[in-house]
Parts: sequence; structure tokens; C-alpha cells
Amino acid sequence: MNTNFSRRWFVKSLAAVAVIVSFPGVVFARAKGAFNAGKTNDVVDVLFGDLPIEESTEITFKLPDIAENGAVVPATVATEIEGVTQIAIVIDENPNPLSAVFDIGEMSLADVSTRIKIGKSSVARAYVKTSDKVFMNSREVKVTIGGCGG
Amino acid sequence: MTRGTACLVALLTTVGSASADPESDRQALTRYFEQRFPDVEVAAHIDGAYALNEQTREQWLAMEDFPPYEFSVDDGEVLFDANFEDGSGYQDCFDDGNVKADYPYFDHERQTVVTLELAINDCRVASGEEPLAYNGEDIALLSAYMAFASRDSVIDLEVPPEGLAAYEAGKQYYYSRRGQLNFSCSQCHMLMSGMKLRAETLSATIGQVTHWPVYRFKWQEIGPLHRRFVECNEQVGAEGLDYQSETYRNLEYFLTYMSQGLPLNGPASRK
Amino acid sequence: MNVKPVKIRGRVKGVVANIKCLMPHPMETGTRRDDAGEFIPAHYIETVTCLHNDKEVMIAHWGASVSKDPYFSFKIKGANAGDSVKVSWVDNLGETSSGDIVLK
Repeated sequence: MNTNFSRRWFVKSLAAVAVIVSFPGVVFARAKGAFNAGKTNDVVDVLFGDLPIEESTEITFKLPDIAENGAVVPATVATEIEGVTQIAIVIDENPNPLSAVFDIGEMSLADVSTRIKIGKSSVARAYVKTSDKVFMNSREVKVTIGGCGG
Repeated sequence: MTRGTACLVALLTTVGSASADPESDRQALTRYFEQRFPDVEVAAHIDGAYALNEQTREQWLAMEDFPPYEFSVDDGEVLFDANFEDGSGYQDCFDDGNVKADYPYFDHERQTVVTLELAINDCRVASGEEPLAYNGEDIALLSAYMAFASRDSVIDLEVPPEGLAAYEAGKQYYYSRRGQLNFSCSQCHMLMSGMKLRAETLSATIGQVTHWPVYRFKWQEIGPLHRRFVECNEQVGAEGLDYQSETYRNLEYFLTYMSQGLPLNGPASRK
Repeated sequence: MNVKPVKIRGRVKGVVANIKCLMPHPMETGTRRDDAGEFIPAHYIETVTCLHNDKEVMIAHWGASVSKDPYFSFKIKGANAGDSVKVSWVDNLGETSSGDIVLK
């Protein structure tokens, strides 16, 4: 399988699979290319294209500093930023960094929680997208081998 | 000699004495942990290492929001409600399942410690069913359901005189060194309780058995207490025994008495 | 195949409903091997659709790195006790399941 996709290909295929549903004013797409990408930069390209990315502490990104077990790490992303249409969770060191994407409908709050697998100690990133901008907050999560043989 | 060690030595001098007194043992152990963890209520140790480590406690509470063992309890309920071929069922032996606080007990006829798992198979065999494998999934699921049904019941054991030998055997096992690493259970769970063994916080003896069976993230499934006994044995380089072997049942007997008076809080999720 | 339903809990506080779900699913990444050394095929939930009174309010797209037996919680506004919430999923093999509740 050819894994050297050009950025343009990504953006084109993104448009091709875009599906409009009953989210007033919100377009979402199953950007499969993003889930297959092996690097955070590629994930960001597919999901957000040319949109500017700004670091923001207005995103509450709850993740443990040291994960009890890398197989089930509780993660919460919440923000009061207005006009959020999408939230994405990315784990830099995972073989496929994109973990989850949430399309936030008008009647939903930008506040989601789930549990994710983190393969090894990594920087974790939460992206929050509005119509014209992407905000990002990140933190480090350590994944250890326990004592007693783990 | 630190105060903790002095306490332990005083406690250990009672090991090996022919006239075991479970209640004094339990009280001595309680005092030990009260002194070792003055800010932790003894009853809080039913949460194990999560009573001693704020960081991991937070993650555990996040998991308790909608714990993974819920599926095990549901599956266990299905098994519990299904009838045997002869029309009888687990309800005839265990009523609504809220019976875990009655186990283990010393059985007069068989002169052995009977655990909940043993009783589950007794119930099956009495109705002509095949016994379940002690290391199998079904018995863990049944145990999960019954533990859930028994939540908040208080452990109220009575060790009869004829059961003292089994109790004593369990206690001896707990305090004896074994394996290549030459560790005893008590060294980790008493002397080093609250401290770290690499990345693990060690839990206290009191409250250790109340929350079983456990959904361990490491196993990604629910497992019984004896599964953990085997793991602990192997992790100190000793040989694990069979689930529900007499040695393990005696150990469970001793440990359950040490949690006398505490409420059951199983099943639980653990790392 | 015997697919289990989604477990949902939902509580209204003011005009916001906090919905929590637990969905049984192996969430296999496709990189684990079984005892015979063969790769266990990838099998994971790809899309989760959340409906409030039959209207889509949230769609989640997951990769295989969401944990086994996924937990998912989200919040909706303009919710009242008595409203219905339905959560359904589709996985990469085309299997589906769902669950629904009435908000309290």
C-alpha cells in the first residue's frame, strides 16, 4: 500500500468523502486518511488543512500525568470557546496518532470524555476547531511498566 | 528499630503459636495500620492502593464513572438466573446472590474451608451439573454478579475451634518468605505498604479481599482472588498453586478474617 | 453475531443533560497476535451517532486506539426529563448496535 500521499491528495479525498447531514451549518467528514496517518503533522493537515493552529489554555484537557494502564487512559476535553464544531484527540507516539474526532452539533456542548490507548509515554494533544480557527492544548502522559513484574 | 518494625516483630512473635486468636491478630494488625497511616481510616483500605495514592485514585474514580466490570456483572446475572437441567438453579442455593459475606467458612463435615467458588460448584454438582473450572470465565462472572449483589454487606466471620488450624495455616503462609526473591506477603503489604515497588503503590493487608473479583486493566477481564495469588507468587519467583487449592483457601480464610467488620465492595476495577 | 447493546445513563441538570455510555466491543487494533502467532484482525467501532429526540447531536469518529469496551460521555443542552436519547455505532466490519434511554 502506498503510504506516501501528497497533501493535495489528502485534501481532495477529504472533500470527496464529505457528507452533509442534519447539523445546521456543520459539515463533517469521515477523514479516513487522518486515522491512517502515522505522524501528528499529517493528521493535522488532513483534519484542518490550512487553518491556523493556536495554542490555548481555554481548553481543559484532563489526562493523568502517569497512566495507571496504557490500555485505558481516561481523557476529557472541554472548553467554553464559542462556535466549536469539532474536537480531536491526538497521541503523538501512537503508531496512528489520531485517536478520536468528535463532531459537535449545535445542541451539544464542547465537552467530551472517553478512554484511550496510549502505547508509550507521549505528548497528547486536544484540538478544538471553530469555523475559522483551530485551538490546541497539550500535555505529557507517562506510561510505565509497573512493579511486581507489571 | 522503627516503630513499624517493632510492631511487626511483636505481631510475628505470635506466629507459630498453637493457640491462634484471630480477633487479637486482627486488632494488632488494625493498630499497625492505624499507626502506619494515621491519616487513613482503616475502613478506607477496602479501596486498596487507591486509599494511599491520590493520583491513581483520581484515575480509578474516572473509571468508576462507568466501570468495565458492569458487563461482567450483567453476564454473571444471566448465568445466575439460568436454570440447571433438572429445573433447579443457583437461587435455590444462594437466594438472590447476596451471600458473599458468609464466605469463606469452615465446613464441619468436610473439615475444610469453603469459599464462594467452591460453594458455586457444590450447588452445581448437587443438581447433577458439571463443576465449572476455577480458572474459567463462567465462575468469575457468577462471582462478579454475587459480589455486586452482596455489596455493602459486612464481613462477619466466626472461626470455630476446629477451623483454627486452617486459619493458622493461612496466617503462616502470609508471613512466610518464598520464591527466588524470598519475599513474604507481609513484607510488601505490611512493611512496605503505601510505598512504591517500581511504579506500583502497595496496598495494605486489611481490606485486601473485600473488593474481589476484580476487573484488572492488565487482564482486560474480570478475575478471581486466587488469580492474583498466583500472580503474586510468580512475581516473587515462587510457583503459583492451583486456584482453590487448600493453601489458597486457607490464605483467603485468614485474609477475610483480617477484614472482619468491613463492608464488601466488589467487584472492583484495578490496574 | 451476538452483538450487545449500548449501556446508557443520562441525567438532566437544569437544561443540560449529561449522557454516559459504555459499549461492549473488542476494539482490536489489528496489531495484536493470538496464541498461534497470527494477527488478530482489526475490529473496532468507527462511528458513533448520538440522537436526542431523533435529531443528531453528536457524531464520534474513532480509530482503533479507543479503549476496549469504549466509554463515551457528552453533554447536550436544551434537554428535558422525558426526552429520548439514542446512541448507535457501526464498526469497521459493518456490525452495528445501539441503546436508548429516556432522560431523567
